[in-house]
Amino acid sequence: MSAVFLLVSTFLASAVEMVEALTIVLAVGITRGWRSALVGVGSAVVALAIVVALLGPALTRIPLNDLRIVVGALLLIFGLQWLRKAILRASGYKALHDEDAIYQRELAEAKTADTVVRASVDWYAFTLSFKGVFLEGLEVAFIVLTFGSTQGSIPLAAVGAAAAILIVGLAGVFIHAPLSRVPENTMKFAVGVMLTTFGTFWSAEGVGVNWPGSDAAIIGVLAFVLLISFAFVAALRQQRTRLAIAE
Amino acid sequence: MGYIKNFGLFWYDFIVGDDWSVAVGVVIALIITALLAHQDVTAWWLMPLAVVAVLGVSLWRVTRPAD
Repeated sequence: MSAVFLLVSTFLASAVEMVEALTIVLAVGITRGWRSALVGVGSAVVALAIVVALLGPALTRIPLNDLRIVVGALLLIFGLQWLRKAILRASGYKALHDEDAIYQRELAEAKTADTVVRASVDWYAFTLSFKGVFLEGLEVAFIVLTFGSTQGSIPLAAVGAAAAILIVGLAGVFIHAPLSRVPENTMKFAVGVMLTTFGTFWSAEGVGVNWPGSDAAIIGVLAFVLLISFAFVAALRQQRTRLAIAE
Repeated sequence: MGYIKNFGLFWYDFIVGDDWSVAVGVVIALIITALLAHQDVTAWWLMPLAVVAVLGVSLWRVTRPAD
């Protein structure tokens, strides 16, 4: 069961981040040329590989309980931030993530930016692609490494991430447009729920808590996090309606 | 110096994010859970409750009507 959660969580989290990175790379590639954009993507992938190569083995050397405290706490903080944004979006307090709008904005900015050539690459295209892929990828690397090391299976977590990167990458090559039909907000909600669930479970276990039912308690925590998330969305929607009527 | 500051700010933003109260709330909840667990008190219920409290406070800070 944990393996399925691990795979689904890393797949969804990676897919969401890669959709965002793809939007930036497409906008840059189409307006500024593919060569510099792809050099930026390649450099970011190499930089991410170095981060993973350095952090991966280091994480596996930390005793499991200590790892669960640190990783659990970090995942919980991450998960609550994702969930908070997802709840604000679902309740109408924050605009929904719109890849089309972001794409158009990136296109407009890329068209008007000055061209500075360094080492025979367009510096604007290179840095924007690099930053887009590296920053979104760093979050993926973090989730894969922390999830994988705590569950004792970094390769399985990596499979989930690789599948997402492959699918999103291929979709980008074939569609040649931002993947605006991907239910990004729903996926972010799901990832927020999963990160919060695992973070709650592992961090508590790391500090010495015995969960009733052992690993099976993850299902209970998941149901609880889902329930309170929907309750928050419903309460905030009601509050918005009340405020709108009062105005 | 600017580089170190930017590096620190990047990691602060990456880990803590938009709302510092989430990170602080999680750390406090974990400390209390650890203290209870080491006193052999059943403490599994505390973290799920902390999730409700931390998330609730964080959402309230963003959505509370302006005075």
